[in-house]
Amino acid sequence: MDLGPYILLATLEGSVTAAVLALTAIGLSLVFGVMRVVNVAHGEFFMLGAVLAWWVAHMVGAHPALGFAAALVVAPVLVGLVAVAADMTVLKRVDYDPERTIVATIGMLYIIQQITLMTYGPDARPVEPPFNSRLAIPWFEYSENGFQMYWPWGLSTTSYKLAVIAAAAVVLVGVWLLMARTKIGLLMRATQLDREMALAFGIPVERVYAIVFGIGAGLAALAAVLIVPIQQAHYLMGGDPLLLSFIVVIIGGLGSLPGTVIAAVLIGLSDGIISVFFSPTLAKILATLLVALVLVFRPEGLFGVKSR
Amino acid sequence: MTKDSTKTPAATTRRGALKTLAAGAGAASLPLWARYAQAQTSEPIRIGFQVHRTGIGAAYGRWYDRTTMAAAQLINESGGINGRMVEIVAEDDGTDPKRGAEVVEKFASQHNCDVGFGTLFSHVVIGSAPRAGELKLPYFVVSEGHHVASGMLNRYTLQPGITDVKSQVQAMAPFVSQNLGKKVTMIFPDFAFGHDHRDYFTAAIEAQGGEVLEHIAIPPTETTFTKYFPKIPRDTEVIYHVMVGPAVLTFVKELGEFFGPSRPEMFGFIDSLEAVDIASPGLEFLEGSYFWEGNPRYAQADQSEYDKLYRAAVGVDANGASVSDPKDISTYAHMFGCWETLHVIKAGMEASGYAGPGDRAKLIEAVESMTDMPHSIAHPQGAKLFNGKTHQVFGHQYISKVEGGKLVLQHTTSIEDTLYPDEVDYTTQPL
Repeated sequence: MDLGPYILLATLEGSVTAAVLALTAIGLSLVFGVMRVVNVAHGEFFMLGAVLAWWVAHMVGAHPALGFAAALVVAPVLVGLVAVAADMTVLKRVDYDPERTIVATIGMLYIIQQITLMTYGPDARPVEPPFNSRLAIPWFEYSENGFQMYWPWGLSTTSYKLAVIAAAAVVLVGVWLLMARTKIGLLMRATQLDREMALAFGIPVERVYAIVFGIGAGLAALAAVLIVPIQQAHYLMGGDPLLLSFIVVIIGGLGSLPGTVIAAVLIGLSDGIISVFFSPTLAKILATLLVALVLVFRPEGLFGVKSR
Repeated sequence: MTKDSTKTPAATTRRGALKTLAAGAGAASLPLWARYAQAQTSEPIRIGFQVHRTGIGAAYGRWYDRTTMAAAQLINESGGINGRMVEIVAEDDGTDPKRGAEVVEKFASQHNCDVGFGTLFSHVVIGSAPRAGELKLPYFVVSEGHHVASGMLNRYTLQPGITDVKSQVQAMAPFVSQNLGKKVTMIFPDFAFGHDHRDYFTAAIEAQGGEVLEHIAIPPTETTFTKYFPKIPRDTEVIYHVMVGPAVLTFVKELGEFFGPSRPEMFGFIDSLEAVDIASPGLEFLEGSYFWEGNPRYAQADQSEYDKLYRAAVGVDANGASVSDPKDISTYAHMFGCWETLHVIKAGMEASGYAGPGDRAKLIEAVESMTDMPHSIAHPQGAKLFNGKTHQVFGHQYISKVEGGKLVLQHTTSIEDTLYPDEVDYTTQPL
């Protein structure tokens, strides 16, 4: 394949990864930013979203678009409720202590994974995309006859992949509006800045925590619902998103929303392009190296605020 | 385990019931086992079944399990082995090599199994076999990997029920080069099984005057694949694909999306689509492409009566799906190996007069002395030829074409097509 079409294809593939990663990572970042909880079970909420999406689509049964639309609503809400329940029954009981919440969320990781294995089983199951047509992409080359348009072999994407990118962008704008323009967003930001002061001003901090944990998990689930027609729902699928989300959140700065989005695009695109040109393993090596460099030279992340 | 003090001593225990059953069955077949009366016990023969119930091999594990249970039931209904019932002791290895070695250990020391059996994924076999050799536990794998015949393992590891990748690809290369094309790009999983494909198919196609333009290795845990496909050279005539793991459907779908309407010829190992419905949306592009099949998934027009019996016993319909759920597609091209291996164990135990773990060495020698295995209900996939020196069986291979959304058999190779010179003589190793 020629270089130009090659890069375009890599960019398209990378954008899909970046879109889904941004949604997953923003959930993780939100939970850390507001609650100071490192949620190790985040990847399992992602997986739970995908599995519930399969389950809802399977139950609805009718046209794939109908089942998918139902899953898009039901799965994130259900996962959010599970997360709220987990927050109230577990995290609240350990007083959101940083070390103990890590252990608690590791426990949740295994519980969710094993319950899924015991009920849903070890199979990978597909969800049909609501629409999916192959879009071949033309390319231009300069020859003796001037500019010519041609259709390079293999240069294509699907309408669904483009829709995933668009949907992720819409959701990200929605999260930003929620944080910046609504009352609950204000409460979240106040709690993030100073928990004690927020309490003193009568903000129901515990309720805010529960809501934030629910929204964080719901975002991961939403990302999974979007990706599940491309990949498949499988009980072990939570590992990679968790690792990549941590990488993104560390690079972008813990708790910084714009930093998280920019880091997700950076990691997603570089993963796509490096995988295509060299190897996927090299892409992971470079991402991890970047994390190490960020931790050494800018421990607060590219967009993080220095702790006072 | 905790002691239950309330239990009455007179209650029927499972072991007691089994003993009674086994004794009954033994009595029913008196003349057969009377020869071994001095060594006879009424304990069942315990076959440790290492099964990929979870992890990336789960779809195979489910069907290996069903096939094994059906074969054990058939053996028990016809009198067991040497008059003793067969008991399958299944243990999940999570498709993980480390866990696999632990499972083998449990078979030998905790479950008191007579033999170990049933492992599929090659990295698990390679991780488990050394432990079986140390424990001197006969270890019958159903894996397809070339690691048994290559001499990498040990005298206690045998593969008598399924052919290995080297012989399979060697028999495929002439068909590919004569019918599809000579410039091949290979896509394979990046672990031992895939490397067998890479090494032996490349050599075999070169022997046919063809060449492999590019080798594309993909980690078996990968979930997205499009990013690998631009490496396929433009002048490729044939795509040779083989993939395993939970994401095989995504793999094949994305391959179709990548090529669109202008795909090259395709030759795949059915592994890329085991447990996946060929009629899944997005797979229409496979129409007219070719697949290697270890055993034809769809009941063919000239289906043998043994295949018919075997299919019914395992509970598979004419389309290769479960009779109880047409969406539950079997791993038909591989799972016959469990059925045949159990029958080889039975034949080996009967030939050696196997009476207990003390006779394990005799069992190995009895299996090593086997050669021809005729097409029968014990070998429903077809006739086989066992090589006692390399511990590997050889058999017919099938090439099918996708026609009307079904796999239709095009070509059956001879056993001779699959033979290659010995690379090891395990019989020289001490028992």
